[in-house]
Amino acid sequence: MHPAFSVIFLTTLIGAGQGLFLALMTVQAYADIGAIALPEGGYFGISSMIALALLVAGLVASFFHLGHPERAWRSAAMWRTSWLSREVIALPIFMGLVFVYGLLHYLGYNPNLFGKDAPPQGELTYLVGLLGVVAAFALFVCTGMIYGCLKFLQEWNTPLTPINYTLFGIASGFTLATVLAAGMAPELVKFYGGWAIAFTVLVFITRGASLIRNQRIKHRSTLATAIGVRHAQIQQKAQGAMGGSFNTREYFHGKTAAFLKSIKWIFLVLVFPLPILLLALGLQNDSVTLLGLAFTTQYVGLLAERWFFFAQAKHPQNLYYQTI
Amino acid sequence: MSNNNTASTLKKGVEVKNTTCYMCACRCGIRVTLRDGEIRYIQGNPDHPLNKGVICAKGSSGIMKQYSPARLTKPLKRREGAERGAADFEVISWDEAFDIMETRLRHLRETDPKKFALFTGRDQMQALTGLFAKNFGTPNYAAHGGFCSVNMAAGMIYTIGGSFWEFGGPDLERSKLFIMFGTAEDHHSNPLKIELANFKRNGGRFISINPVRSGYSAIADEWVPIKPGTDGALILAMIHEIIKTGLYDRDFLTQYSNAAQLVNQDLDSDEFGMLVRGLEFDEGKIHPHDEMWWDRKTDRAVQTHTEAEPALMGEFTLEDGTPVKPSFQLLVERVKDYTPEWAADITGVPADTIRRLAHEMGITARDEKIELPIAWTDVWGNEHETVTGNPVSFHAMRGLAAHSNGFHSIRSLSILMSILGTIDRPGGFRHKAPFPRPIPPCPKTPNNAQDIKPNTPLAGMPLGWPADPNDLFVDDDGEAVRLDKAFSWEYPLSVHGMMHNAITNAWRGDPYRIDTLMIFMANMAWNSTMNTVEVRKMLNDKDENGEYKIPYIIVCDAFQSEMVAFADLVLPDTTYLERHDVMSMLDRPISEFDGPVDSVRIPVLPPTGECKPFQEVLIELGSRLGFPAFTHPDGTRKFRDYPDFVTNFETEPGSGIGFLAGWRGKGGEKSMRGEPNPKQWEMYEKNNCVFHYELPKSYQYMRNWNQGYLEWAQYHRLTRYTDPINIHIYSEVLQKFRLAAQGKYGGKQPPDRLRERIETYFDPLPFYYEPLEGQLSDKHKYPLNAVTQRPMAMYHSWDSQNAWLRQIHAHNYLYMSPKVGAAGGFDDGDWVWVESMHGRVRCMCRFSEAVEPGTVWTWNAIGKAKGAWNLTPDANESQQGFLLNHLISEELPAHKHGANLSNSDPVTGQAAWYDVQVRVYKADPSEKAETSPQFENMLPVPGQAERKSWLSYFAGKKPAKLNIGKK
Amino acid sequence: MQLCVLCGNTGPPFGTFKYSGWWAVPTLRDIGTDMTQLALVIDLNVCVGCHACVTSCKQWNTSGAAGPLVDERPYGKDPTGTFFNRVQTFEVGEFPHTETVHFPKSCLHCEDPPCVPVCPTGASYKREEDGIVLVDYDKCIGCKYCSWACPYGAREIDEKQKVMKKCTLCVDRIYDESLPEAERKPACVLACPTSARLFGDVHDPESGVSVAIREQGGYPLMPEWGTQPSNHYLPRRKTKMKIHKDELVRVDNPLKKEGHLPKVDENESFLEDSASW
Ligand SMILES: Nc1nc2c(c(=O)[nH]1)N[C@H]1C(S)=C(S)[C@@H](COP(=O)(O)OP(=O)(O)OC[C@H]3O[C@@H](n4cnc5c(=O)[nH]c(N)nc54)[C@H](O)[C@@H]3O)O[C@H]1N2
Ligand SMILES: Nc1nc2c(c(=O)[nH]1)N[C@H]1C(S)=C(S)[C@@H](COP(=O)(O)OP(=O)(O)OC[C@H]3O[C@@H](n4cnc5c(=O)[nH]c(N)nc54)[C@H](O)[C@@H]3O)O[C@H]1N2
Ligand code: SF4
Ligand code: SF4
Ligand code: SF4
Ligand code: SF4
Ligand code: SF4
Ligand SMILES: [Mo]
Repeated sequence: MHPAFSVIFLTTLIGAGQGLFLALMTVQAYADIGAIALPEGGYFGISSMIALALLVAGLVASFFHLGHPERAWRSAAMWRTSWLSREVIALPIFMGLVFVYGLLHYLGYNPNLFGKDAPPQGELTYLVGLLGVVAAFALFVCTGMIYGCLKFLQEWNTPLTPINYTLFGIASGFTLATVLAAGMAPELVKFYGGWAIAFTVLVFITRGASLIRNQRIKHRSTLATAIGVRHAQIQQKAQGAMGGSFNTREYFHGKTAAFLKSIKWIFLVLVFPLPILLLALGLQNDSVTLLGLAFTTQYVGLLAERWFFFAQAKHPQNLYYQTI
Repeated sequence: MSNNNTASTLKKGVEVKNTTCYMCACRCGIRVTLRDGEIRYIQGNPDHPLNKGVICAKGSSGIMKQYSPARLTKPLKRREGAERGAADFEVISWDEAFDIMETRLRHLRETDPKKFALFTGRDQMQALTGLFAKNFGTPNYAAHGGFCSVNMAAGMIYTIGGSFWEFGGPDLERSKLFIMFGTAEDHHSNPLKIELANFKRNGGRFISINPVRSGYSAIADEWVPIKPGTDGALILAMIHEIIKTGLYDRDFLTQYSNAAQLVNQDLDSDEFGMLVRGLEFDEGKIHPHDEMWWDRKTDRAVQTHTEAEPALMGEFTLEDGTPVKPSFQLLVERVKDYTPEWAADITGVPADTIRRLAHEMGITARDEKIELPIAWTDVWGNEHETVTGNPVSFHAMRGLAAHSNGFHSIRSLSILMSILGTIDRPGGFRHKAPFPRPIPPCPKTPNNAQDIKPNTPLAGMPLGWPADPNDLFVDDDGEAVRLDKAFSWEYPLSVHGMMHNAITNAWRGDPYRIDTLMIFMANMAWNSTMNTVEVRKMLNDKDENGEYKIPYIIVCDAFQSEMVAFADLVLPDTTYLERHDVMSMLDRPISEFDGPVDSVRIPVLPPTGECKPFQEVLIELGSRLGFPAFTHPDGTRKFRDYPDFVTNFETEPGSGIGFLAGWRGKGGEKSMRGEPNPKQWEMYEKNNCVFHYELPKSYQYMRNWNQGYLEWAQYHRLTRYTDPINIHIYSEVLQKFRLAAQGKYGGKQPPDRLRERIETYFDPLPFYYEPLEGQLSDKHKYPLNAVTQRPMAMYHSWDSQNAWLRQIHAHNYLYMSPKVGAAGGFDDGDWVWVESMHGRVRCMCRFSEAVEPGTVWTWNAIGKAKGAWNLTPDANESQQGFLLNHLISEELPAHKHGANLSNSDPVTGQAAWYDVQVRVYKADPSEKAETSPQFENMLPVPGQAERKSWLSYFAGKKPAKLNIGKK
Repeated sequence: MQLCVLCGNTGPPFGTFKYSGWWAVPTLRDIGTDMTQLALVIDLNVCVGCHACVTSCKQWNTSGAAGPLVDERPYGKDPTGTFFNRVQTFEVGEFPHTETVHFPKSCLHCEDPPCVPVCPTGASYKREEDGIVLVDYDKCIGCKYCSWACPYGAREIDEKQKVMKKCTLCVDRIYDESLPEAERKPACVLACPTSARLFGDVHDPESGVSVAIREQGGYPLMPEWGTQPSNHYLPRRKTKMKIHKDELVRVDNPLKKEGHLPKVDENESFLEDSASW
């Protein structure tokens, strides 16, 4: 597939936004059972707004992918069948919840809906947050499934796709939360940092699994099934359009195998070991810069990861468009 | 059901008109739907006999041709002081253009008419252009046939009295086995496809013999890859095998060919090699039929076609002691050593395959006989209850023709077809009117230099069919009279002229310098010229005095082609949708097996800009110059315009024969012959622009010998004689030339330097020789053959301006076996040099398993000169596309038969495009990744439309909303 | 079809989908074969790769209700445009046993088209009445997702109109009653010089296309994805000839008619010289 930057930004930005929000809710959940003290000040409000900003940025990026962004509203219509529709529904719902959640925190308006003495789980922010968590996960699933559901894109058609989307979002979100905490709620830095490392390790495992899986894929479609001629040696000699066509632009990255490989190594370094190292160093030295660098590296790495994710996927249509 | 109101808005302003396609020379009937005066779509006319409703890729892209920004729209004159070739023009009016031409041409006609040369390319109006040239009085006229397929025409017409494409073809409806040689797309595009598909569906077996498996060959049941230029060997070996196994049609041969006729074998006689003729001449007749047979029953020579049992083999002695052999015996002797094993070495086709194919042909012909209950009478008065046929058919085209040994290969093929008994019989080869014609046909050129006189029409046709050396168009020294040296001893039977040598000869001044060269519809600065780089220089070359060696060039084209750059005067032609045209019986009509068919074009759109049909130009010029054909005796103009000319022109006053055969007579009640009918055009228009005369069934077969048909044809002036047209297995015509070369034939003699050449190549029986370039080149250095072929979705050079077609073929590769790459150390897709002894070209290679490993090939004429055809300078055509022509020379290297001999068949002057020998090697990685040679960018000329950076073609007014999928 | 409660779009009602695995695309339920399914059947046995179907499709559709179809850089480097139908060339096997296969491909109008359910707007849909898969340009947002979901590469976006386009099976011809009956066929079918393109209802067992599929081994492309393409392809078939040895040595062999017929010298001795009857 030809990696589209609009989609790369969309998925990485909203992923980080979702992750950041989940990070916030994690602290709130811990706090509510008293395992941690809620930070003072605007941390929640501001962080929520940052999460929202990421989501909005992702949304904006996605518009560049559309031929007719002005009709984007139509895309909610087929939620019964289309993961894209579902994403389109889940995203604004989630954005709304993040907004409300942040606003409540910002305003400090947090009544306990189950009465004054009810446990903190009844607090309005907590409940909104819980809905947000559900929405965040739903959104992860939707985003991942947009790719995962395409049967014949065998590199994508695995539960690992939504899992990776989820974990990448969470890991980058937690890394970002660590950075933000370093600025606004230093007491949370270690907490977030630890989780960030943990999630990064976890997604390393799942992404590693998908890399290994993809390396071993035997593509079910071959030139023989594509044109229905049973023979071991078939070669395309002309595809009917020498100047290229939509099919050559949309489904081919046009880069060499070596380039692809180097991108793979770049993301493997930038997303996993380097941020972990930077996080660890940052935590040890209380260095906002290092932590900031950890997030930046990881995010850049994620852009590469997503590029690779697209580029690696071999669309069966390509069988028909090999030779000019 | 499906659509809303867009559908009805789309119907507004719609008109439908019939005309004839000319996106190629096939000339299918088309139906053009216009909306608000713009072309909505072009479809095949379902009521047209040729294409029966189908249409091809080119035909379907007519819209993009019509509105192409490459179109010329204004008459242009080379700007004062601008160099020729720079395409620097100023717009002039038609009046000025005509004045310039009139002055110049009048002077030439009054002084030395041969200084005016008119050559025309892929047009189809030779009846008019030929008439113009003849009336001008210049011999220097030809159409593209010489560089196209004259070998096919001459090889077959000198053997069976008809040829493929326009004049005949395989009867695939009834055939069981079909063998196709060297054909990629051919002229008969749509009909052949229709028939081929039906043939296959009906279980016919289709064999393709071709170094490359593309196009039609792709669907062949068997592909026989062959080394280029060797088909003659293959066919002769097949003949060998068929004779050896007795699979020939003996009855057919004895009755309908000269196979059983006796040939003089007395080496000392001046008649050696001539047919022996009886003593009693049939005085009154122009063609006495007094050839002899040897009767096996009485064991003596008898008049042919008598009650006798003629021998096909053996040697006999006449009463006067003359040794004789039936010509078939000579053929047997000729092919004796042409064994399948011998041919296998030459052709690369295994001997077993050759043998098997020969058996398949012979057995199918013998055992699957067709018998139709159609009674007919032959010219000898025998009544036949039925028409019979042997269902083996053939087709061949430039794969055979475009070699310097093509004439003999094609004679071999014609003989193969004949010994299988498949000429004008069901399931075999069938003629199309106006063929068959006498062998050779009657028209002749003048035969001496004195026949060219100022202010006088030429005494004969500019092109004709020599029957013996005295018909050659040579001067008293036996040297060429024509600029292109056609009909000279160098290429005696160059019946279509030799356009491919016209520019070089004019430039060299050999045989003489000319003044004005008029080129119509030919891209002689590019793809229809050999040795393109040099020829472009010749067009520009000046003599010591600073004058152009070719002083004046007039080009009539519809597009900004490479040729336009070299014009002094440019005449913008209309497109086929804007003009009247006729596909005339006087030229190459679109006849069917069952009878004559002709057709017309009627404009469906007004001319663009100031475009003017070339026909109108010729009629205007002819009228101004006072040509007899175009003016009354008092000098006044005879014809208002071209349609008026077509309606009223008669070959002779009162002959009743004109350009169109349909709806003649005062009220359109006559056909073929009749008085001019003022409503003729309207009648064509009402009848799908086509006139189809169906012959009675009994006239549809065996036409060479069919009394009814021949009389009908003579009455309608399709042919002059009703004599039987016996197949020339043995060619006396060729023997006469050979005798002349041997000094044994009274009359014209070849110059000494050419005697051996004539003696060698004018063999009355077909023989195989290696193509001339191969004989003269270092095959160690240049081991590969390079050929081109037609892509189905492009017509020569003229479709690169077509926005749709050029997406299919934006550039071309050199295709070759991976073995060639392995040997040369390069990969699929690499830039390579392909080099012949004449030049080299850098291009991209592409490996293919569908090509014989000794051959490399490319699509013809996809490569373009930078900027031509109004393409951007970085367009694929000029940057990645290439032209093989740079590697092909128009002349052979000097050798024992002389210098400056055309790279052509020595018999017919057919351009030997496919003889070129090459080698391929990897381009240096440091070299630019672009094709070489490159040429100066050609700028658009005044009057061309701007080329858009994107198009969304929509005919007529676009409704506010369009939506196919509206629910 | 029922109206969607949320947006008022018509679309397949909830119930017509089945889920095959939680990560798979929901697919349309098997469509009853009693319903019409129009399709093309392409006969590779006779297709010569002439591209008539390519440009006839382009010209019909660019000025039709599916048009205009863009061409970019029509006179420049790398010209490209939107086409609904392309003809490709493949080489099968090794010299000299090579087959050159010309292979036309347009939307296959799958029975279970993966491109439809993924479309978020409902712009892509499959018509119930005849099975044609279409795109409603007014709804299409140009997200290209449907094209990702088509394994055949049969959809092409129009880079100027920014909507997804594809073969419409000439829905604006085949029902157009102002056209003569014989011409109510797709433009490419009418154009094809070898009649390699058959058009009809593949659900009607008596239709020409069904008969051709049945009798000539028609097959679908990439059957492995269960898309059930309605368009089918007919394979190459070979006509061979078998020659028996004795066919070369028959009594009617004309070679036997050559040479002098044996002639008898009347002066030789005859029976009658020595016998008297
Ligand atoms: N290497 C190689 N070269 C070949 C061949 C080959 O096989 N290999 N084939 C040869 C053969 S067989 C042929 S016939 C020639 C063909 O060669 P040409 O006869 O030169 O054919 P085109 O290149 O199409 O050029 C015809 C010219 O006609 C112009 N034209 C198109 N339509 C019109 C019109 O309506 N009116 C006018 N006035 N002009 C028009 C075009 O713009 C173009 O400039 O090429 C020959 N060249
Ligand atoms: N679409 C399209 N149609 C056209 C034209 C066009 O430009 N485009 N041009 C028209 C014109 S002017 C002409 S003359 C005709 C020409 O019609 P064709 O003769 O069909 O055209 P070519 O492209 O010359 O094809 C020659 C074929 O012969 C093969 N060949 C080459 N050398 C040999 C050989 O030695 N032996 C054998 N057996 N095969 C050989 C080549 O591989 C090729 O397949 O086409 C006409 N029709
Ligand atoms: S074969 Fe030639 S004449 Fe016929 S439709 Fe095609 S381009 Fe036109
Ligand atoms: S071929 Fe592709 S676009 Fe057409 S219906 Fe099938 S999946 Fe959809
Ligand atoms: S591009 Fe258009 S038709 Fe395709 S999925 Fe998106 S909205 Fe639907
Ligand atoms: S059916 Fe119509 S839209 Fe589809 S490929 Fe054929 S011509 Fe094009
Ligand atoms: S029009 Fe027919 S023969 Fe030509 S490429 Fe298309 S399907 Fe094949
Ligand atoms: Mo030609």
